[in-house]
Formats: sequence, structure tokens, C-alpha cells
Amino acid sequence: MRYVHDLQLLVTLTHPKDDFQEELVIRPLQSGDVYASFQFRTLWETDFMKGNKVSHYRLFPKSLGQVISKFSVRELHISFTQGYWRTMQWGQPFMPSPPGAELWVWFQDSVTDVDGTWKELTNVLSGIFCASLNFIDSTNTVQPSASFKPLGIGNVTDHRFLRYATLPREIVCTENLTPWKKLLPCGSKAGLAVLMKSEKLFHSSFHSQAVHIRPVCQDSECTTTSWELRQTLNVVFDLHTSGQGKREWSLFKMFSRTLTEACPLASSSKIYIDITDNPQVSFLHNILSLKIQAVVLGDRRTFSVYDLTEANTFGSMRSLNLLIRWKSSEGDMLRPLLHAERYVAGYGLQTGEIHTLMYNYHPFRSFPILLLDSVPWYLRLYIHTLTVTSKGKDNKPSYIHYQPSKDRVRPHLLEMLVQLPPNSVTEVTVQFERALLKWTEYTPDPNHGFYVGSSVISALVPSMVAMDTNNTKERPLFSSFFPCKEESSYFVRIYTEPLLVNLPTPDFSMPYNVICLTCTVVAVGYGSLYNLLTRSFQIEEPNPRLAKRIANVIRRLRGVPPLA
Amino acid sequence: MGLLSDPNRRRALINLLTRLNAPICAVCYIAGVAWFMGLAFEPFTLRTYMSENAMGSTMVEERFPAGERALATGREFAAHKKRAGGMPVDWLVKTMQSRGLEVFTQKFSRTLPFPDENKERYMVKGTNVYGILRAPRAPRTEALVLTAPCSPGDDNNQAVGLLLGLAQYFRNQIYWAKDIIFLVNEHDLIGMQAWLEGYHHTNTTGIDWSPLQGRGGSIQAALSLELSSDIITSLDLVLEGLNGQLPNLDLANLFYAFCQKIGVTCTIQGKPCCPDHDADGNEASQRPTMGGPRAFFTCHHCWQVRTNDFSFINQILKLNNLLERLHQSYFFYLMPSLSHFVSIGYYMPAFGLLAVILLLRALDLWVQLATPPVRTEDGIADLEQSSPEVLSVLTPLVISHLTGAALYFFPIQFQATAVEHFPVSESEAVVLTAIAIYTAGLALPHNTHRLLSGEGVEQDWRVLKLIAVLYMAVLLGCTALINFSLGFILALTLVPMAAFITPHRPKVLSAFIMVILSPACTLLFLVFFFQDLQEIPVSFEDGWMLFLSVISQGILDHSLYGSLVYPLIALMVYPCWLLFWNILFWK
Repeated sequence: MRYVHDLQLLVTLTHPKDDFQEELVIRPLQSGDVYASFQFRTLWETDFMKGNKVSHYRLFPKSLGQVISKFSVRELHISFTQGYWRTMQWGQPFMPSPPGAELWVWFQDSVTDVDGTWKELTNVLSGIFCASLNFIDSTNTVQPSASFKPLGIGNVTDHRFLRYATLPREIVCTENLTPWKKLLPCGSKAGLAVLMKSEKLFHSSFHSQAVHIRPVCQDSECTTTSWELRQTLNVVFDLHTSGQGKREWSLFKMFSRTLTEACPLASSSKIYIDITDNPQVSFLHNILSLKIQAVVLGDRRTFSVYDLTEANTFGSMRSLNLLIRWKSSEGDMLRPLLHAERYVAGYGLQTGEIHTLMYNYHPFRSFPILLLDSVPWYLRLYIHTLTVTSKGKDNKPSYIHYQPSKDRVRPHLLEMLVQLPPNSVTEVTVQFERALLKWTEYTPDPNHGFYVGSSVISALVPSMVAMDTNNTKERPLFSSFFPCKEESSYFVRIYTEPLLVNLPTPDFSMPYNVICLTCTVVAVGYGSLYNLLTRSFQIEEPNPRLAKRIANVIRRLRGVPPLA
Repeated sequence: MGLLSDPNRRRALINLLTRLNAPICAVCYIAGVAWFMGLAFEPFTLRTYMSENAMGSTMVEERFPAGERALATGREFAAHKKRAGGMPVDWLVKTMQSRGLEVFTQKFSRTLPFPDENKERYMVKGTNVYGILRAPRAPRTEALVLTAPCSPGDDNNQAVGLLLGLAQYFRNQIYWAKDIIFLVNEHDLIGMQAWLEGYHHTNTTGIDWSPLQGRGGSIQAALSLELSSDIITSLDLVLEGLNGQLPNLDLANLFYAFCQKIGVTCTIQGKPCCPDHDADGNEASQRPTMGGPRAFFTCHHCWQVRTNDFSFINQILKLNNLLERLHQSYFFYLMPSLSHFVSIGYYMPAFGLLAVILLLRALDLWVQLATPPVRTEDGIADLEQSSPEVLSVLTPLVISHLTGAALYFFPIQFQATAVEHFPVSESEAVVLTAIAIYTAGLALPHNTHRLLSGEGVEQDWRVLKLIAVLYMAVLLGCTALINFSLGFILALTLVPMAAFITPHRPKVLSAFIMVILSPACTLLFLVFFFQDLQEIPVSFEDGWMLFLSVISQGILDHSLYGSLVYPLIALMVYPCWLLFWNILFWK
């Protein structure tokens, strides 16, 4: 242990600008579930954009570093999610993500062939994360004009360098978790990552893991930039099924592990426990903890903080197992101000209508939202039927960006800037027709249907409390991801449900029947026609009967004219 | 083909067909009926089997520990229902919430076109309560529906108890891959219709409903529970949906497989084992069945709660395991018994044999029209062989369809007028108006062609009959494809009548036979026949009253749920029958 520490010191002296932080936020939810959010941040001060060959990697994973330099990536955001975030029960997540896989990338403006680079990048990422990202092609890639702005520094807003794609069908499992864990400097050997045992993480109501890479400022003057790699993992545990209704949780119960040490490479390693809703929490271990207040998503929360880098956190047992019991939940959860849902209306296999409902629960403030819808080409949107209504009145969007689809080439892209009136529901409807595919384009017979990815709603939601706009101050990681520009509002991105649509599917046993039928028809029909065309017709000499012939012979002998 | 391209042989074939037309028709009719009868014979039918591998009846838990609690919940529900005098909405919401579901309500209201005397309702207002059990780690794309109607009186309390018991049990399991919606609906089918329309945001029947707040993706399958007693002996499977829609056969098979596995008697249409045809064509719409954009099936008279409900758990579990849409197995079938089924390929020939009679008659008429019998050697007859007047054929067609339209529209339009002038209730007024229009159709002017073209021509009725016969063949063919029972019963009565009616038959006798074989009389006989099959025979008066209520139910089902039987009979079958009536009285 001592040796490792010395080594670390030595390395830190020679290369002082690498930094690794880890933290875990645990928030008991009003519904009786527990939300656990891991964040790992690796900072790396280097610049491999200006032709520098970088071959020395320390904390930053080499596989990702090479990807960034090879494909000239400016920003990369990738998430894998299993389950749907229930905003109305759980509130806003720290890191929003849609069900399935999501990937969006800003390229450097030096890239000439963006589509080609994107194609290669998705294939490489598919290998790194063991996911089906190679299914991302031009038919599910869009270039949003306003919804996805760079989160790091840089003023590139030309959306030619942006690519966005989702795979709503993607299933996330341990095979995706393992490569994700390998990107961490300590792997899953030490630090918070030891808690990430897949048998527990996937025995949950929601699971989401993400990787975000972006350039950030090193200091407040922004003289030097560094690369930030954030790895986040969000899990919601359902204590109703496992806890028999008892309001109690512990690290061991959730993860079947306890903590024994921080990651030795981490400069900071902390556990935050949200105690705002449950002031009368009783802890099992009487460990000294710090209480801090932080403003997260427009709400002032109180956290009790455990610093894993301090030895006395682990107590005499040399292991940390936090256990909290609380009484039944009192008071209502702060209702999220923005909420959205989406569904397909209508039945049958010809037409349908996509309804997107957006709820603004703010009692007196209206605010604008950006809605992004990317619909596959095989749903033919009738854009003239697009209606936006709130409170029974037509609500004209102030900005619409629509890119029609091209069959088998690109999807529909619809972006709108809509003002949501206070305390209202805004409904966006658009009708569509289901296309007939070519017969090789259908999925194999056993299928659920065709998936349409979530729509994305990005908004600056008015905040109840003043937001922290100082981006350089030391803050918990979970509250510092989305940069905050003004005090009165905060940025929220929410995703709606993906849709499952059935397309008119022919009965694929039919070709056999059709072949049989056409063969019969051709054989019989063509045969008889050919027969008629080639046969030479003659007037048939009636063949006289035997009696008549004998009679005629006799008549000829007698010299009388024969019978007709 | 060689046969047809050779004029001599063609002539011979046509001669044969026209000469032996009547015997061939008779043989076809008998063969068709015999074929249909044969479907009940077990060696001729297929054994049921599971097509879908994911739904095999293995690997399921076979116990449901909370049976007693479900019964207690049922009793509690009954008490609250009595106190609230209807659906105890608040209690249901609270109970579902305490079981960890996301609970929503939907209000609906509907004014019936005329008061329903069977169920004593006119202005219907109600509330549906449903709770969604969100599947962990599933993105809300698929849902299963489990529903129990909240019936008036003491019926069905146990079903609601069982539903809530299942909700509690399911909530504690982790393996759900699809959202499960637990729905308690008021006013049975009207509530169900309102909920389904709300869920799919369509409005096809004019119900007022409040929009739904929560959804669970596209509905993959649904089960409906009806359970009215704590201890009952057997489970009955009700498959028929609206307009003869049937659920995927795998659902029924799965249910039967579970019943067999646990040794519970399972019946279909109340008949346990003996093969028995579902001869309820016209009745299909009159029975309370579940309908909607998806096929539904109701299961009522469930076995004792404690032991039987794991069959539902199993069923739900298996549906949960489905990795695909229910696309395998059969959607068109008849079930003589639970262990056997008749697929569409086996039962359609029975109908085909009946339909071929109409085609043979049409061929016969066509030949007669094309080669007029040489009557006289002089040319005067040839001059009279002018092409048949279009008007003389068109007029009866238009008149009979107008009568049909009147039969469809007037009963409901003029019920207020009828109630003013006659001492009857609204429902009676509607039914009696319908019967009056139906009867009045018989007395319509049948010889309009004489006004138009002076003298009726022998040719003209042949043309009219040719058209009528083809019309009927197409009509019955389409009906039988969609709803075999209805199509077959109509064919059984209408085809012989259509085949042999000409103006030259004895008028009185033929008219009597035609009336007996008309759709309304068929319905009347079926009412008696059905009662007989149920082993509750009725007297003629009761049967007549039942007949009247069946008609009013048919009209109500059409306007409430979009059942197609009434418009089909009024707008198509009845006018078609009138054409033949017209031919009979052709002068």
C-alpha cells in the first residue's frame, strides 16, 4: 500500500495534470425506490488535435484516446440504457438518457468527410462497447440544428459536424458493462467501482451507463484546455420487491459488496447521500460525515458526504457499509416542472398518429422547449397534419426545422421551438402512413414490431432557487455536467418513450402459394393458348357411318348418286 | 383447357351442366351440409397444439399464495360497492396505489339511441379505474391487459378481488418484460369500449371519454376475468369477439393446457367434452362478448380462487415471455371441443359447396340468355329478342336497397314519433318499426318494369335473377370469410331459396317457403334452437319476446360497439332477399 502511494506521488510529480475523481450519489426516492448514480471523471491535459502524436497514456483510457485523435472527435456522448426513467415518480435524473443506445458526436471542423468518419467511428465504438452500434447508418442518423449543442468549450455551432443517432431496440447487459468498467483507471478492483456487480446492477428497475468526452477549461481563465472523460452509471433499485415494504437500505443490500478503500489513483472519492426528504434518517454506523448543500436541477438539496480518501471513514471494521432506515415518506415529492409522454393513436395497419404530450407544471411561468423528433422513413409523416395545441388553442411554434425523409436513405427530422404556457399540456400530433417494405427489408418473422426512437425535449426550465453559475468552483460532479449560464433557470433534457409500431407485413408463407398458383395458371393458360396458336385448323370431313358407307358402295355400283 | 378451347366439347360440357343442373345443385347442397356435419367427427379434425415455443406450458410457478387474501379483497370490494351504490372509485384507486401501481381513472358517458330494457340503462355515465404495473428495465413499448368488469349487483366481486390479489403478487416479482395493466371497468362493454378508444385515441362509436393519463405501449394480449362465486367447479372459455373475431388459437390452447395440467374442468361455451358446433351465427352479436380493436377473451365461472388463479399467473407469465407478436398459429378456426379445432382450410369447403350452387345457377341462366330457345321458325321472335331493358332490372335493385336503407335508418329516427302515436316504450317502438318496415317491404310494387316498358319480357326476370344470384354469392362469400358461422347459416337458408325461385313456381307455396327462409325467420328459429341447445326450452310467447329483445340488442350493439350484423342484414342481405321476392311475383 505504501509502495503504491509512493509510486503515485512520483507519477503525479512528473505529469501533474492528470486527474481522476469518483463519486456516488444515493437518493431515496418518494416512490420507495433508491436511485444510485456513479460518476467518474478523468481529466487529461493534452492536445492531440494539432497534429501531435500522443502515445503516453496514464489515467485516460488508450482506446478512447486513440478514437478521439484518429476520428478528430470534438465531443462524444454515448449512453446505453435499459428501462425508462419515470419522471413523474422519480423526478429528474442527473444524467438523462433514452431507452436503448444513444450516440451523438461533434467532429472537428477539420473533418472533410463527416459521414464516412461517422460510419467508421460507429463501427469502432461498436467493438469497444460490445454493442450493436454498427447498425447506425444513414437511415437512423440525423443532424439536429438546435437540440444538441456542444457541452464543452468551443464555438462550433455548424451542425454539419454533428451526428445524432439512437438505437431504441438495443438491449444492455453485462457484456456492455465489462468494457465500460475497463475504461476506469482502477477497473473494478478498487474504489467505488467494486460495487458494480452485474448481478445486482441488472436486478433493478432502471440501468443506464454512459460515456461523455468533451474538452473543458483547465482554469477560470481558460488558458489551457483539457479533455474530460465522464463515465456515469445510474441505477434505480426497486426496494418494493426486495425489501418487503421496509424503508431501509444499505450498500451491502443494494450491491452485495461493501467498500474498503478509495481508488488509489483518485484525487477525490466521495459518497453523497441525499437526506433532504428524510431529515430524520437513522444511520447504523455513527460515522462522522459532512453536510453540504448543493443546488441540483432547480432544487436545493442537502447531502451528507462521506470522503473515502480519509481513513477514519472506514472505522475500525476497515469496511464501509452505509445503512439508512427512515420512517414512511411524508410530504409530496417536488413535482418535476416538465414532463412528456408519447404514444401512437389509431389502430389498423394503414395509418396512425403520433401524439406527443408535454406538461408544464410551473404555476405561473411559461418557458420555451426544443422538441426533436427523428422518425424512420417507413413511417411517412404527413407534415401538413402537424398540429401544436395547448389549452385548446393553436400554439404556433416559433421555429420549425423539418427535413423530409428519403426512402431507405435518411429519416424524418423535425425540430420545433414551442412555448409551453404555464400549468398546461401541449399536444403535438402528426399523422403518418405505414410504408410497405421490400420483402428483404422485413425483420425475421419473430419480431415485436418496428421501433421509433424517443423524441428529445431540451429546455431551460425556470428555477425555484438561484442556480450556481460559477463553473470553475469546486462542485460535486453530478451537479456540474450541464453548464449553467444564468441563475434563474437550469437546463433539462427529457426523453419520451420509444414507440413500437407494426407495419403491414405480408404472410411470408404466401410466396410458396403464389409460386404454385402462378405455375398452374401459366401452365394451363399458356398451354392452351399455345395450343390454339400453333394448331392448324381444318374442316373435318365427317366420317360417314358404316351402314351409310355400305349403302353408298351399293349405290355407286347401281350408278345412283351417293347419300350425303 | 383443351376441354374449353374445343367448341364441341365445351358445348357438351355446358349441355351437361344445364341438363343436370338441378341434381348437381341438390348433391352439392347435401354434400355441403354433410361436410359441415363431418367437422364434428373427431378423426376429421386436427388436435390443438402450441405453435409458439415461448408459450409452452413448462417452467412456470404453480402456486399462488394469496388466494385467501384475494377472496377477502373481493368481499371488501363488495362492501364498498354496496356503500357507494356503484363503482367504488376512491377505494379502488387507494387500493391499487397501496399495491404499488401507477393508478389512473377515466370518465366516460354515453347516451344510448334508445333505452336498453334488458340492462335498464339509457344515459350511461361511469368511471374506469386502471393501474399500471411498470415492467422493470422495459421501455414502455408493450403491455398486457388484465381486466375485470365491475358488474351491478353481487356479480363479479371475486374477479375484482382476484385482480387486486394478482396485482399485489405480480408487483413483487422482478421478471416482467411488458407492462401489465389492471383494469376495472364499469358498465361492462361500454366501459371497455371507452377505455380502448381512449387508449388508442380514436372515436368510432361516439362515446364521450376523458383522455387517458398513462399508457403502456401497444397492447399485445388481454385477458378478462369473470368470477361470481367463491367456489365453482369449472372454467369456461369464451372466445368469440365482435363480428366473429377470434383470438389467436395459441391463447386458447395455452389456457386449456394449464387446465389439464392442474386437473380443472375446462369448458367451451358451457359444453365440456362432447363435440358441438357453434351454431350461433346471428347470435354472435347478441351475446355479451368482448370486443374492440384487439381480440379479447373472457373467462368466467372460474374455479376456486385459491387453486385456480395460478393458471392466470401462468398465462400472464407466458405472455410476458413472448419475444414476438402473436403471429403464429391460427386466427381463423372453429372449435368443436377444446382439444380439437377445425382450421379454415377444412371448414371452407362446406361453404364452398353451398356457394357453388349459386354459381351453377348463374351459369345456367347465362347459357339460357346467350342461346335463346328457338321458339318459332319465323323472324318475328328474333325481333323481340331485343336487349333487356336496363331500367327494368335497375328499378327493383334500387327499390329493394331503398327499403333496406329505410330498415336501417328509420327505426331509430322515428322512435319519438312512434312513441307519440302508439302506447309502446321506446325500445319496443324501435323493434316494432323495424319489423313493420321489414314486412312492408314484401308489399312493394314488384312490377315496375311493366310501367316502364309496357310488357314484361321473359328475358328480363332471367337477367334480374342472374344479377341477384351473383350478388348473393359475393355477399355470402365475403361474410363467410369474415364470420364463418354467420355466413354458413345464411347460406344454408338462402341458397336453396335463391336457386329454385322463378316466376313459374306455384305462388302461394313458394311465397310461404320464402318467408320461412327469410333472414328474420331464420333469426327467430335460431332463438328457439339456441334455447334448446342450452337446455332451457321456451314457450312461443317467451321466444317471441326473446326474439324482439335480440333485435333491439342487435341494433344497440351496432350503435354502441360497431357490430356489423344489423347493417349487413338491413343493407345487404334483406335487399338481396327482396330481389328474389320480386322475381317470384314477376309477371
